[in-house]
Amino acid sequence: MLSDKERTEIEEHSRHYPRKQAAVIEALKVVQSHRGYVSDENVKDIAEFLEMTPDEVDSVATFYNLIFRKPVGEHVILLCDSVSCWIMGYESIMDRLKAKLKIEPGQTTKDGKFTLLTIPCLGACDRAPAMMIDNDLHGKLTAQKIDEILEKYK
Amino acid sequence: MERPLTQHIRPGETLSLTEYQKHGGYEGLKAALKMSPKEVQDVVKRAHLRGRGGAGFPTGLKWSFVPIGDDAPRPRYLIANGDEMEPGTFKDRLLVEGNPHQLIEGMIISAYAIQAEIGYIFLRWAYKKGEKIIRKALAEAYQAGLLGKNILGSGFDFDLYLHTSAGRYICGEETALLNSLEGKRANPRAKPPFPQTSGLFGKPTIVNNIETLCNVPHILRNGADWYKKISLSEDGGTKIFGVSGKVKKPGLWELPLGVTLKEVLEEYAGGMQDGLKFRGLLPGGASTDFLTEEHLDIKLDYAGVEKAGSRLGTGTMIVLDDKTCVVGMVLNLEHFFAQESCGWCTPCREGLPWTEKILARIEDGQGKTEDLEILEGLTKTLGPGNTFCALAPGAMEPLQSALKYYREDFERHIKEQRCPRRS
Repeated sequence: MLSDKERTEIEEHSRHYPRKQAAVIEALKVVQSHRGYVSDENVKDIAEFLEMTPDEVDSVATFYNLIFRKPVGEHVILLCDSVSCWIMGYESIMDRLKAKLKIEPGQTTKDGKFTLLTIPCLGACDRAPAMMIDNDLHGKLTAQKIDEILEKYK
Repeated sequence: MERPLTQHIRPGETLSLTEYQKHGGYEGLKAALKMSPKEVQDVVKRAHLRGRGGAGFPTGLKWSFVPIGDDAPRPRYLIANGDEMEPGTFKDRLLVEGNPHQLIEGMIISAYAIQAEIGYIFLRWAYKKGEKIIRKALAEAYQAGLLGKNILGSGFDFDLYLHTSAGRYICGEETALLNSLEGKRANPRAKPPFPQTSGLFGKPTIVNNIETLCNVPHILRNGADWYKKISLSEDGGTKIFGVSGKVKKPGLWELPLGVTLKEVLEEYAGGMQDGLKFRGLLPGGASTDFLTEEHLDIKLDYAGVEKAGSRLGTGTMIVLDDKTCVVGMVLNLEHFFAQESCGWCTPCREGLPWTEKILARIEDGQGKTEDLEILEGLTKTLGPGNTFCALAPGAMEPLQSALKYYREDFERHIKEQRCPRRS
Protein backbone atom coordinates (compact mmCIF):
# COMPACT_ATOMS: atom_id res chain seq x y z
CA MET A 1 0.00 0.00 0.00
CA LEU A 2 1.26 3.46 -0.85
CA SER A 3 1.05 5.87 2.06
CA ASP A 4 -1.09 9.01 1.83
CA LYS A 5 2.06 11.09 1.77
CA GLU A 6 3.43 9.06 -1.15
CA ARG A 7 0.17 9.38 -3.06
CA THR A 8 0.08 13.15 -2.55
CA GLU A 9 3.69 13.54 -3.65
CA ILE A 10 3.18 11.40 -6.77
CA GLU A 11 0.02 13.32 -7.67
CA GLU A 12 1.89 16.59 -7.37
CA HIS A 13 4.44 15.38 -9.94
CA SER A 14 1.85 13.90 -12.28
CA ARG A 15 0.10 17.29 -12.53
CA HIS A 16 3.11 18.52 -14.51
CA TYR A 17 2.41 16.15 -17.40
CA PRO A 18 -0.50 15.71 -19.83
CA ARG A 19 -0.82 12.06 -18.75
CA LYS A 20 -0.09 10.78 -15.27
CA GLN A 21 1.94 7.74 -16.43
CA ALA A 22 4.72 10.17 -17.39
CA ALA A 23 5.39 10.62 -13.66
CA VAL A 24 6.33 6.96 -13.14
CA ILE A 25 10.04 7.74 -12.65
CA GLU A 26 9.11 10.37 -10.07
CA ALA A 27 6.74 7.88 -8.43
CA LEU A 28 9.56 5.34 -8.12
CA LYS A 29 11.78 8.03 -6.64
CA VAL A 30 9.10 9.11 -4.18
CA VAL A 31 8.66 5.55 -2.90
CA GLN A 32 12.41 5.06 -2.71
CA SER A 33 12.85 8.27 -0.73
CA HIS A 34 10.45 6.95 1.93
CA ARG A 35 11.42 3.28 1.95
CA GLY A 36 15.05 3.16 0.79
CA TYR A 37 14.26 0.90 -2.17
CA VAL A 38 11.38 -0.22 -4.38
CA SER A 39 9.99 -3.68 -3.56
CA ASP A 40 7.94 -5.94 -5.86
CA GLU A 41 4.89 -4.94 -3.89
CA ASN A 42 5.66 -1.24 -4.36
CA VAL A 43 5.97 -1.81 -8.13
CA LYS A 44 2.45 -3.28 -8.13
CA ASP A 45 1.12 -0.42 -6.01
CA ILE A 46 2.63 2.24 -8.28
CA ALA A 47 1.25 0.40 -11.32
CA GLU A 48 -2.23 0.39 -9.86
CA PHE A 49 -2.04 4.03 -8.85
CA LEU A 50 -0.86 5.20 -12.30
CA GLU A 51 -3.04 2.74 -14.23
CA MET A 52 -0.14 0.83 -15.73
CA THR A 53 0.81 -2.84 -15.66
CA PRO A 54 3.43 -3.94 -13.09
CA ASP A 55 5.63 -5.06 -16.01
CA GLU A 56 5.52 -1.59 -17.52
CA VAL A 57 6.56 -0.04 -14.22
CA ASP A 58 9.31 -2.61 -13.68
CA SER A 59 10.70 -2.14 -17.19
CA VAL A 60 11.24 1.51 -16.29
CA ALA A 61 12.46 0.79 -12.75
CA THR A 62 15.13 -1.63 -13.95
CA PHE A 63 16.38 0.69 -16.70
CA TYR A 64 17.48 3.48 -14.37
CA ASN A 65 20.47 2.71 -12.16
CA LEU A 66 19.42 5.07 -9.36
CA ILE A 67 16.20 3.16 -8.73
CA PHE A 68 17.09 0.42 -6.26
CA ARG A 69 15.05 -2.75 -6.66
CA LYS A 70 16.85 -4.46 -3.78
CA PRO A 71 17.25 -3.29 -0.18
CA VAL A 72 20.22 -0.98 0.40
CA GLY A 73 21.98 0.16 3.55
CA GLU A 74 21.08 3.20 5.61
CA HIS A 75 23.65 5.20 3.63
CA VAL A 76 24.50 4.61 -0.04
CA ILE A 77 28.05 5.40 -1.10
CA LEU A 78 28.38 6.24 -4.80
CA LEU A 79 32.05 6.37 -5.79
CA CYS A 80 32.76 7.88 -9.20
CA ASP A 81 34.76 5.52 -11.42
CA SER A 82 34.80 7.69 -14.57
CA VAL A 83 37.80 9.01 -16.41
CA SER A 84 38.84 12.13 -14.43
CA CYS A 85 38.45 10.34 -11.11
CA TRP A 86 40.28 7.32 -12.53
CA ILE A 87 43.23 9.54 -13.54
CA MET A 88 43.22 11.14 -10.09
CA GLY A 89 43.38 7.77 -8.36
CA TYR A 90 39.86 6.55 -7.59
CA GLU A 91 41.22 2.99 -7.36
CA SER A 92 43.07 3.71 -4.11
CA ILE A 93 39.89 5.27 -2.69
CA MET A 94 37.96 2.16 -3.66
CA ASP A 95 40.58 -0.05 -1.98
CA ARG A 96 40.27 1.99 1.20
CA LEU A 97 36.47 1.82 1.19
CA LYS A 98 36.50 -1.93 0.62
CA ALA A 99 39.00 -2.45 3.43
CA LYS A 100 37.17 -0.16 5.86
CA LEU A 101 33.70 -1.54 5.16
CA LYS A 102 34.79 -5.13 4.46
CA ILE A 103 32.52 -5.34 1.42
CA GLU A 104 32.84 -5.38 -2.36
CA PRO A 105 31.03 -2.90 -4.65
CA GLY A 106 27.36 -3.89 -4.87
CA GLN A 107 27.26 -5.15 -1.29
CA THR A 108 25.90 -3.85 2.01
CA THR A 109 27.76 -3.97 5.34
CA LYS A 110 26.61 -6.57 7.85
CA ASP A 111 25.22 -3.91 10.20
CA GLY A 112 23.13 -2.50 7.35
CA LYS A 113 24.82 0.92 7.57
CA PHE A 114 26.47 1.26 4.17
CA THR A 115 25.96 0.08 0.58
CA LEU A 116 28.93 0.61 -1.73
CA LEU A 117 28.35 1.29 -5.44
CA THR A 118 30.34 2.75 -8.32
CA ILE A 119 28.75 5.53 -10.34
CA PRO A 120 29.54 7.25 -13.64
CA CYS A 121 30.88 10.81 -13.60
CA LEU A 122 29.36 12.98 -10.84
CA GLY A 123 30.17 16.26 -12.62
CA ALA A 124 32.71 17.22 -9.96
CA CYS A 125 35.80 16.55 -12.10
CA ASP A 126 37.73 19.54 -10.75
CA ARG A 127 37.40 17.95 -7.30
CA ALA A 128 38.36 14.40 -8.36
CA PRO A 129 38.33 11.80 -6.97
CA ALA A 130 34.75 12.34 -5.84
CA MET A 131 31.89 10.38 -4.28
CA MET A 132 28.41 10.98 -2.99
CA ILE A 133 27.01 9.63 0.25
CA ASP A 134 23.22 10.05 0.23
CA ASN A 135 22.77 13.67 -0.91
CA ASP A 136 26.23 14.92 0.01
CA LEU A 137 29.09 15.38 -2.43
CA HIS A 138 32.61 14.72 -1.16
CA GLY A 139 35.54 15.75 -3.36
CA LYS A 140 39.36 15.74 -3.45
CA LEU A 141 39.27 12.41 -1.65
CA THR A 142 42.28 10.81 -0.07
CA ALA A 143 42.46 7.49 1.76
CA GLN A 144 42.86 9.43 5.01
CA LYS A 145 39.81 11.61 4.33
CA ILE A 146 37.71 8.47 3.77
CA ASP A 147 38.15 7.47 7.42
CA GLU A 148 37.00 10.89 8.64
CA ILE A 149 34.03 11.04 6.28
CA LEU A 150 32.74 7.58 7.19
CA GLU A 151 32.87 8.48 10.89
CA LYS A 152 30.27 11.21 10.26
CA TYR A 153 27.73 8.70 8.99
CA LYS A 154 28.15 6.14 11.76
CA MET B 1 37.44 40.41 -21.32
CA GLU B 2 33.68 40.00 -20.99
CA ARG B 3 32.24 37.12 -19.01
CA PRO B 4 28.48 37.63 -19.22
CA LEU B 5 27.48 34.19 -17.92
CA THR B 6 29.72 33.97 -14.89
CA GLN B 7 30.84 37.48 -13.92
CA HIS B 8 28.40 37.70 -11.03
CA ILE B 9 28.80 34.10 -9.85
CA ARG B 10 30.80 33.75 -6.65
CA PRO B 11 32.08 30.35 -5.52
CA GLY B 12 29.66 28.58 -3.23
CA GLU B 13 26.98 31.29 -3.47
CA THR B 14 23.72 31.63 -5.40
CA LEU B 15 22.44 34.86 -6.94
CA SER B 16 18.96 35.69 -5.62
CA LEU B 17 16.29 37.18 -7.85
CA THR B 18 16.91 40.67 -6.44
CA GLU B 19 20.67 40.43 -6.95
CA TYR B 20 20.20 39.11 -10.47
CA GLN B 21 17.84 41.97 -11.30
CA LYS B 22 20.31 44.48 -9.87
CA HIS B 23 22.84 43.26 -12.45
CA GLY B 24 20.39 43.67 -15.33
CA GLY B 25 18.65 40.33 -14.93
CA TYR B 26 15.32 39.93 -16.81
CA GLU B 27 16.09 43.04 -18.94
CA GLY B 28 16.68 40.67 -21.86
CA LEU B 29 13.22 39.23 -21.33
CA LYS B 30 11.66 42.69 -21.33
CA ALA B 31 13.44 43.49 -24.61
CA ALA B 32 12.30 40.17 -26.13
CA LEU B 33 8.66 40.65 -25.18
CA LYS B 34 8.63 43.89 -27.18
CA MET B 35 9.69 41.95 -30.29
CA SER B 36 7.88 39.33 -32.36
CA PRO B 37 8.91 35.67 -31.82
CA LYS B 38 10.49 35.63 -35.31
CA GLU B 39 12.50 38.74 -34.46
CA VAL B 40 13.85 37.05 -31.33
CA GLN B 41 14.85 34.02 -33.43
CA ASP B 42 16.60 36.33 -35.90
CA VAL B 43 18.66 38.10 -33.23
CA VAL B 44 19.87 34.74 -31.91
CA LYS B 45 20.63 33.58 -35.47
CA ARG B 46 22.62 36.73 -36.20
CA ALA B 47 24.51 36.31 -32.91
CA HIS B 48 25.90 32.97 -34.19
CA LEU B 49 25.01 31.16 -30.99
CA ARG B 50 25.73 27.44 -31.34
CA GLY B 51 24.61 24.65 -29.01
CA ARG B 52 26.91 24.21 -26.02
CA GLY B 53 25.90 20.64 -25.19
CA GLY B 54 28.30 18.99 -27.60
CA ALA B 55 26.88 18.98 -31.12
CA GLY B 56 27.22 22.72 -31.79
CA PHE B 57 24.05 23.11 -33.87
CA PRO B 58 23.11 26.77 -34.53
CA THR B 59 20.45 27.60 -31.92
CA GLY B 60 18.38 30.13 -33.90
CA LEU B 61 18.20 27.74 -36.84
CA LYS B 62 17.04 24.91 -34.59
CA TRP B 63 14.25 27.12 -33.24
CA SER B 64 13.13 28.12 -36.74
CA PHE B 65 12.04 24.51 -37.48
CA VAL B 66 9.24 24.75 -34.91
CA PRO B 67 5.86 25.45 -36.53
CA ILE B 68 4.34 28.45 -34.73
CA GLY B 69 1.48 29.60 -36.96
CA ASP B 70 -2.15 29.70 -35.81
CA ASP B 71 -2.83 26.20 -37.13
CA ALA B 72 0.39 24.70 -35.68
CA PRO B 73 0.07 21.90 -33.08
CA ARG B 74 -0.14 22.83 -29.40
CA PRO B 75 1.16 22.73 -26.76
CA ARG B 76 4.74 23.30 -27.76
CA TYR B 77 7.52 22.41 -25.34
CA LEU B 78 10.92 23.82 -24.42
CA ILE B 79 13.34 21.61 -22.50
CA ALA B 80 16.62 22.54 -20.83
CA ASN B 81 19.01 19.62 -21.09
CA GLY B 82 20.87 19.56 -17.78
CA ASP B 83 21.66 15.85 -17.80
CA GLU B 84 25.41 16.63 -17.96
CA MET B 85 26.64 13.05 -17.77
CA GLU B 86 29.49 13.31 -20.26
CA PRO B 87 32.50 12.16 -18.24
CA GLY B 88 34.82 15.05 -17.54
CA THR B 89 32.02 17.63 -17.83
CA PHE B 90 31.00 19.83 -14.90
CA LYS B 91 30.06 23.21 -16.39
CA ASP B 92 26.26 23.24 -16.11
CA ARG B 93 26.56 22.52 -12.40
CA LEU B 94 28.24 25.92 -11.99
CA LEU B 95 25.53 27.74 -13.95
CA VAL B 96 22.67 26.08 -12.07
CA GLU B 97 24.16 26.48 -8.61
CA GLY B 98 25.52 29.99 -9.20
CA ASN B 99 22.77 31.79 -11.11
CA PRO B 100 19.50 29.88 -11.60
CA HIS B 101 17.56 32.95 -12.76
CA GLN B 102 19.88 33.37 -15.75
CA LEU B 103 18.72 29.91 -16.91
CA ILE B 104 15.06 30.67 -16.16
CA GLU B 105 15.22 33.97 -18.04
CA GLY B 106 16.93 32.25 -20.97
CA MET B 107 14.16 29.66 -20.99
CA ILE B 108 11.33 32.21 -20.92
CA ILE B 109 12.87 34.12 -23.84
CA SER B 110 13.51 30.93 -25.81
CA ALA B 111 9.99 29.70 -25.08
CA TYR B 112 8.64 33.01 -26.34
CA ALA B 113 10.71 32.66 -29.53
CA ILE B 114 9.11 29.29 -30.33
CA GLN B 115 5.80 30.13 -28.63
CA ALA B 116 6.11 27.23 -26.21
CA GLU B 117 3.67 27.16 -23.33
CA ILE B 118 5.31 24.44 -21.20
CA GLY B 119 8.93 23.93 -20.23
CA TYR B 120 10.93 21.38 -18.27
CA ILE B 121 14.38 21.57 -16.78
CA PHE B 122 15.82 18.06 -17.07
CA LEU B 123 18.44 17.96 -14.33
CA ARG B 124 20.65 15.03 -13.48
CA TRP B 125 19.93 13.36 -10.14
CA ALA B 126 23.41 14.02 -8.74
CA TYR B 127 22.92 17.79 -8.65
CA LYS B 128 21.09 17.77 -5.31
CA LYS B 129 22.19 21.28 -4.41
CA GLY B 130 21.20 22.55 -7.87
CA GLU B 131 17.80 20.90 -7.49
CA LYS B 132 17.06 22.85 -4.30
CA ILE B 133 18.33 26.08 -5.85
CA ILE B 134 16.16 25.69 -8.96
CA ARG B 135 13.04 24.88 -6.93
CA LYS B 136 13.53 28.05 -4.91
CA ALA B 137 14.24 30.16 -8.01
CA LEU B 138 11.15 28.82 -9.80
CA ALA B 139 8.98 29.80 -6.82
CA GLU B 140 10.55 33.29 -6.81
CA ALA B 141 9.95 33.68 -10.55
CA TYR B 142 6.29 32.61 -10.26
CA GLN B 143 5.77 35.03 -7.40
CA ALA B 144 7.31 37.89 -9.38
CA GLY B 145 5.01 37.23 -12.36
CA LEU B 146 7.91 36.06 -14.52
CA LEU B 147 6.37 32.62 -15.01
CA GLY B 148 2.78 31.48 -15.39
CA LYS B 149 -0.01 33.46 -17.05
CA ASN B 150 0.45 36.79 -18.80
CA ILE B 151 4.18 37.20 -18.10
CA LEU B 152 4.98 40.84 -17.24
CA GLY B 153 1.65 41.84 -18.75
CA SER B 154 2.69 40.66 -22.22
CA GLY B 155 -0.12 38.15 -22.73
CA PHE B 156 2.48 35.36 -23.06
CA ASP B 157 1.96 32.30 -20.82
CA PHE B 158 4.73 29.87 -19.87
CA ASP B 159 4.84 27.21 -17.15
CA LEU B 160 8.17 25.74 -16.12
CA TYR B 161 8.76 22.52 -14.16
CA LEU B 162 11.79 20.70 -12.83
CA HIS B 163 12.39 17.01 -13.58
CA THR B 164 15.32 15.25 -11.90
CA SER B 165 16.65 12.11 -13.55
CA ALA B 166 17.23 8.63 -12.15
CA GLY B 167 20.57 8.04 -13.86
CA ARG B 168 21.79 6.76 -17.27
CA TYR B 169 24.08 8.69 -19.65
CA ILE B 170 21.76 8.07 -22.60
CA CYS B 171 19.24 10.53 -21.11
CA GLY B 172 21.42 13.33 -22.48
CA GLU B 173 20.63 12.24 -26.06
CA GLU B 174 17.72 14.51 -26.94
CA THR B 175 15.21 11.90 -28.14
CA ALA B 176 16.10 9.52 -25.30
CA LEU B 177 15.55 12.44 -22.95
CA LEU B 178 12.06 12.90 -24.40
CA ASN B 179 11.23 9.24 -23.72
CA SER B 180 12.56 9.60 -20.20
CA LEU B 181 10.41 12.70 -19.58
CA GLU B 182 7.42 10.71 -20.80
CA GLY B 183 8.17 8.14 -18.09
CA LYS B 184 9.65 5.53 -20.41
CA ARG B 185 12.97 3.73 -20.79
CA ALA B 186 15.44 6.21 -22.25
CA ASN B 187 15.92 4.61 -25.67
CA PRO B 188 16.60 7.06 -28.49
CA ARG B 189 13.93 7.58 -31.13
CA ALA B 190 14.22 7.24 -34.91
CA LYS B 191 14.68 10.56 -36.73
CA PRO B 192 12.79 11.88 -38.67
CA PRO B 193 10.46 13.06 -37.33
CA PHE B 194 12.70 15.51 -35.51
CA PRO B 195 11.66 16.78 -32.07
CA GLN B 196 11.16 20.28 -33.50
CA THR B 197 8.01 19.01 -35.22
CA SER B 198 7.17 15.88 -33.21
CA GLY B 199 8.87 15.69 -29.84
CA LEU B 200 7.54 15.42 -26.30
CA PHE B 201 4.14 13.69 -26.30
CA GLY B 202 4.26 14.04 -30.11
CA LYS B 203 4.23 17.86 -29.98
CA PRO B 204 6.78 20.35 -31.34
CA THR B 205 9.69 20.47 -28.89
CA ILE B 206 13.04 22.19 -28.58
CA VAL B 207 15.78 20.73 -26.41
CA ASN B 208 18.64 23.12 -25.62
CA ASN B 209 21.62 22.66 -23.33
CA ILE B 210 21.65 24.69 -20.10
CA GLU B 211 24.72 26.72 -21.11
CA THR B 212 23.14 27.53 -24.48
CA LEU B 213 20.00 28.86 -22.78
CA CYS B 214 22.06 30.92 -20.33
CA ASN B 215 23.54 32.84 -23.29
CA VAL B 216 20.15 33.95 -24.58
CA PRO B 217 19.33 36.74 -22.05
CA HIS B 218 22.66 38.46 -22.75
CA ILE B 219 22.14 38.36 -26.52
CA LEU B 220 18.70 39.94 -26.15
CA ARG B 221 19.94 42.55 -23.72
CA ASN B 222 23.10 43.59 -25.56
CA GLY B 223 22.41 42.66 -29.17
CA ALA B 224 23.84 40.28 -31.75
CA ASP B 225 26.73 42.56 -32.71
CA TRP B 226 27.97 42.82 -29.13
CA TYR B 227 27.73 39.03 -28.78
CA LYS B 228 29.80 38.45 -31.89
CA LYS B 229 32.38 41.00 -30.75
CA ILE B 230 33.09 39.35 -27.38
CA SER B 231 34.31 36.25 -29.22
CA LEU B 232 37.66 35.78 -30.97
CA SER B 233 36.03 33.55 -33.56
CA GLU B 234 33.33 33.23 -36.19
CA ASP B 235 31.16 31.64 -33.50
CA GLY B 236 29.52 34.15 -31.22
CA GLY B 237 30.08 34.63 -27.51
CA THR B 238 32.00 32.95 -24.76
CA LYS B 239 32.30 29.32 -23.73
CA ILE B 240 32.76 27.78 -20.35
CA PHE B 241 35.97 25.81 -20.63
CA GLY B 242 37.05 23.33 -18.02
CA VAL B 243 40.12 21.25 -17.30
CA SER B 244 40.45 18.13 -15.16
CA GLY B 245 43.27 15.64 -14.73
CA LYS B 246 46.74 16.19 -13.29
CA VAL B 247 47.09 19.92 -13.90
CA LYS B 248 48.01 22.40 -11.16
CA LYS B 249 44.62 24.15 -11.02
CA PRO B 250 41.70 22.12 -12.38
CA GLY B 251 38.59 24.27 -12.80
CA LEU B 252 36.19 26.19 -15.04
CA TRP B 253 36.66 29.52 -16.81
CA GLU B 254 34.38 31.49 -19.10
CA LEU B 255 36.54 32.60 -22.02
CA PRO B 256 35.93 33.96 -25.52
CA LEU B 257 35.46 31.30 -28.18
CA GLY B 258 38.65 31.19 -30.21
CA VAL B 259 41.05 31.29 -27.24
CA THR B 260 44.00 28.94 -27.83
CA LEU B 261 44.28 25.53 -26.23
CA LYS B 262 47.69 26.47 -24.85
CA GLU B 263 46.31 29.53 -23.10
CA VAL B 264 43.62 27.53 -21.30
CA LEU B 265 46.05 24.83 -20.25
CA GLU B 266 48.91 27.03 -19.16
CA GLU B 267 47.41 30.33 -18.02
CA TYR B 268 44.18 29.09 -16.50
CA ALA B 269 44.81 25.47 -15.52
CA GLY B 270 48.34 26.38 -14.42
CA GLY B 271 50.11 23.76 -16.51
CA MET B 272 50.95 20.21 -15.49
CA GLN B 273 51.57 19.18 -11.90
CA ASP B 274 55.26 19.14 -10.99
CA GLY B 275 57.15 16.18 -12.39
CA LEU B 276 54.56 15.36 -15.03
CA LYS B 277 54.56 15.98 -18.77
CA PHE B 278 51.58 16.72 -21.00
CA ARG B 279 50.81 13.91 -23.45
CA GLY B 280 47.40 14.90 -24.76
CA LEU B 281 43.79 15.59 -23.90
CA LEU B 282 40.19 14.97 -24.78
CA PRO B 283 39.01 18.50 -25.62
CA GLY B 284 35.28 18.22 -25.02
CA GLY B 285 34.43 15.30 -22.76
CA ALA B 286 34.85 11.53 -23.01
CA SER B 287 33.39 11.19 -26.51
CA THR B 288 35.88 13.41 -28.36
CA ASP B 289 39.12 12.50 -30.17
CA PHE B 290 42.46 13.02 -28.43
CA LEU B 291 44.50 16.08 -29.28
CA THR B 292 48.26 16.09 -28.62
CA GLU B 293 51.17 18.47 -28.20
CA GLU B 294 51.13 19.35 -31.91
CA HIS B 295 47.66 20.86 -31.44
CA LEU B 296 48.45 23.25 -28.57
CA ASP B 297 48.23 26.33 -30.78
CA ILE B 298 44.76 25.62 -32.19
CA LYS B 299 41.88 27.98 -31.58
CA LEU B 300 39.12 26.61 -29.40
CA ASP B 301 36.04 27.14 -31.49
CA TYR B 302 33.85 24.69 -33.39
CA ALA B 303 35.80 24.87 -36.68
CA GLY B 304 39.24 25.05 -35.05
CA VAL B 305 38.87 21.86 -33.06
CA GLU B 306 37.23 20.07 -35.96
CA LYS B 307 40.12 20.97 -38.24
CA ALA B 308 42.46 19.37 -35.71
CA GLY B 309 40.45 16.14 -36.01
CA SER B 310 38.33 16.37 -32.88
CA ARG B 311 35.28 18.21 -31.55
CA LEU B 312 34.81 21.15 -29.19
CA GLY B 313 32.12 19.01 -27.53
CA THR B 314 31.28 20.33 -24.08
CA GLY B 315 34.53 22.35 -23.87
CA THR B 316 35.58 20.52 -20.72
CA MET B 317 38.95 18.85 -21.23
CA ILE B 318 40.47 15.78 -19.66
CA VAL B 319 44.26 15.84 -19.59
CA LEU B 320 46.50 12.80 -20.08
CA ASP B 321 49.92 12.99 -18.41
CA ASP B 322 53.03 10.88 -19.07
CA LYS B 323 52.63 8.74 -15.93
CA THR B 324 49.06 7.73 -16.72
CA CYS B 325 48.57 4.70 -18.97
CA VAL B 326 46.68 5.64 -22.11
CA VAL B 327 45.47 2.05 -22.60
CA GLY B 328 44.07 2.10 -19.08
CA MET B 329 42.43 5.47 -19.73
CA VAL B 330 40.75 4.28 -22.93
CA LEU B 331 39.69 1.07 -21.14
CA ASN B 332 38.06 3.22 -18.45
CA LEU B 333 36.22 5.23 -21.13
CA GLU B 334 35.00 2.15 -23.03
CA HIS B 335 33.87 0.52 -19.78
CA PHE B 336 31.71 3.59 -19.22
CA PHE B 337 30.24 3.55 -22.72
CA ALA B 338 29.61 -0.22 -22.64
CA GLN B 339 27.83 0.13 -19.30
CA GLU B 340 25.77 3.11 -20.45
CA SER B 341 24.67 1.69 -23.82
CA CYS B 342 20.89 1.53 -23.64
CA GLY B 343 20.93 -1.83 -25.44
CA TRP B 344 18.51 -0.76 -28.15
CA CYS B 345 20.65 -1.43 -31.22
CA THR B 346 22.97 -4.36 -31.81
CA PRO B 347 26.30 -2.76 -32.84
CA CYS B 348 26.36 -0.64 -29.68
CA ARG B 349 25.02 -3.29 -27.29
CA GLU B 350 27.41 -6.01 -28.52
CA GLY B 351 30.30 -3.96 -29.89
CA LEU B 352 31.07 -1.84 -26.85
CA PRO B 353 31.47 -4.74 -24.37
CA TRP B 354 33.65 -6.47 -26.98
CA THR B 355 35.79 -3.34 -27.25
CA GLU B 356 36.09 -3.18 -23.47
CA LYS B 357 37.05 -6.86 -23.25
CA ILE B 358 39.86 -6.52 -25.79
CA LEU B 359 41.24 -3.41 -24.09
CA ALA B 360 41.06 -5.15 -20.71
CA ARG B 361 43.15 -8.06 -21.93
CA ILE B 362 45.73 -5.74 -23.50
CA GLU B 363 45.98 -3.79 -20.24
CA ASP B 364 46.25 -7.06 -18.27
CA GLY B 365 49.19 -8.25 -20.38
CA GLN B 366 47.26 -10.81 -22.39
CA GLY B 367 46.86 -8.84 -25.61
CA LYS B 368 47.33 -10.53 -28.98
CA THR B 369 48.92 -9.00 -32.05
CA GLU B 370 45.65 -9.14 -33.98
CA ASP B 371 43.79 -7.21 -31.23
CA LEU B 372 44.75 -3.83 -32.67
CA GLU B 373 43.28 -4.77 -36.02
CA ILE B 374 40.05 -5.92 -34.36
CA LEU B 375 39.86 -2.64 -32.44
CA GLU B 376 40.39 -0.68 -35.63
CA GLY B 377 37.62 -2.68 -37.29
CA LEU B 378 35.33 -1.89 -34.37
CA THR B 379 35.96 1.85 -34.70
CA LYS B 380 34.49 1.51 -38.22
CA THR B 381 31.62 -0.87 -37.34
CA LEU B 382 30.53 1.30 -34.41
CA GLY B 383 31.24 4.55 -36.26
CA PRO B 384 28.76 7.06 -37.68
CA GLY B 385 25.88 5.65 -39.71
CA ASN B 386 25.72 2.16 -38.22
CA THR B 387 23.93 2.85 -34.96
CA PHE B 388 20.68 4.36 -33.79
CA CYS B 389 22.23 7.32 -31.98
CA ALA B 390 25.61 8.97 -31.40
CA LEU B 391 26.62 7.01 -28.27
CA ALA B 392 28.71 4.33 -30.00
CA PRO B 393 30.28 6.66 -32.60
CA GLY B 394 31.17 8.98 -29.70
CA ALA B 395 32.70 6.05 -27.83
CA MET B 396 34.91 5.32 -30.84
CA GLU B 397 36.38 8.84 -31.00
CA PRO B 398 38.85 8.52 -28.08
CA LEU B 399 39.69 4.94 -29.16
CA GLN B 400 40.42 5.69 -32.83
CA SER B 401 42.58 8.70 -31.94
CA ALA B 402 44.41 6.80 -29.18
CA LEU B 403 45.27 4.07 -31.73
CA LYS B 404 46.53 6.80 -34.04
CA TYR B 405 48.58 8.92 -31.63
CA TYR B 406 49.61 6.39 -28.99
CA ARG B 407 49.98 3.22 -31.03
CA GLU B 408 53.38 2.43 -29.53
CA ASP B 409 51.77 2.25 -26.06
CA PHE B 410 49.34 -0.41 -27.26
CA GLU B 411 52.08 -2.32 -29.09
CA ARG B 412 54.34 -2.27 -26.05
CA HIS B 413 51.59 -3.70 -23.84
CA ILE B 414 51.17 -6.58 -26.29
CA LYS B 415 54.87 -7.17 -26.86
CA GLU B 416 55.85 -7.10 -23.20
CA GLN B 417 52.60 -8.77 -22.06
CA ARG B 418 52.20 -6.23 -19.25
CA CYS B 419 51.29 -2.62 -18.58
CA PRO B 420 54.62 -0.77 -18.57
CA ARG B 421 53.21 1.81 -16.13
CA ARG B 422 52.21 -0.72 -13.50
CA SER B 423 54.74 -2.35 -11.24
